[in-house]
Amino acid sequence: MLERFCDWLSNTPISLTIQTVNWIIPAVQTVHILCVALVMSSMAMLDLRLMQLAGMRQPISRMINRFVPWIWFVVPILLATGTILTIGEPSRELLNPYFRAKMLMLVTVLIITFVIQRRSNKDATYWDSRKVAAILLGALSLLLWVGIVSAGRWIAYY
Amino acid sequence: MVIPEICAWLENSSVGTAIRQSTWLFPTIETVHVLATVLVVGSVTMLDLRLLNLASRDRSVTELHREILPWTWASFAVAVTAGFLLFTSSATKYYHNVPFRIKMVLLVLVGLNAAFFEFRTFRSVASWDQGRRIPLAAKIAGTVGILLWIFVVACGRWIGFTK
Repeated sequence: MLERFCDWLSNTPISLTIQTVNWIIPAVQTVHILCVALVMSSMAMLDLRLMQLAGMRQPISRMINRFVPWIWFVVPILLATGTILTIGEPSRELLNPYFRAKMLMLVTVLIITFVIQRRSNKDATYWDSRKVAAILLGALSLLLWVGIVSAGRWIAYY
Repeated sequence: MVIPEICAWLENSSVGTAIRQSTWLFPTIETVHVLATVLVVGSVTMLDLRLLNLASRDRSVTELHREILPWTWASFAVAVTAGFLLFTSSATKYYHNVPFRIKMVLLVLVGLNAAFFEFRTFRSVASWDQGRRIPLAAKIAGTVGILLWIFVVACGRWIGFTK
């Protein structure tokens, strides 16, 4: 089923264009990696603060207001560039276990980020008064982002 | 004449040979290289955006400088080490690769831009630390920094797509 979808997609004009114009994939990957840099660094700052390892002079709510809006701005660009890459090489992505693991980790970390932001918006001191939960969620989020970037690179080696 | 010999020696060394022959070493080191690179680029961009008054406007430049750059330097050390290990696996090939050469030149320019900012522009930071009146030299340093890193990443990606 999915194989047939990949076959169909890879024969569409848009996919054939991406496959044959040889600068499209590296150019789109470059934009994708630059966006990963913004998301990864923003999330690392927030996660380290949640884990009490950096930025301790600022309350957690301020760090959330500083960094999380970037995620919601940049993740759509990541999805768009990722979709272009997937249309260009559907079976390389959709049938790839690293790609599937990456998407699973991405959905998980976005839900965690959404919850962290929502709680903080309702009560600015929420995470400052729940240290253990903040440390655990920060560590989990950071691990997931490292996993996402790693799985992204390993897609090429399956 | 000496660089090609160093390249040949590197790729015939036990480290270069091991990375080239292993199925998992290269992608693993490459993953570390990518992780460290995104942290370098993302963190330094935060400071560059502050210099352009586009982010963290309520934080002083010195505070941001002190808070962010240690992470940037630590990540850079990891990225360079991992990058060097990748280089040893096929040193001669990379030495002749055009995007690789451009990337190395761009990294030198990144260093010059940063050094000029640190040793000249940043010295007067006391007079523009808090406000939004950032001197032109600092804005140029921020703009040049962002542009150079974009092209460093692009060249890095292009290395993998050239013979």
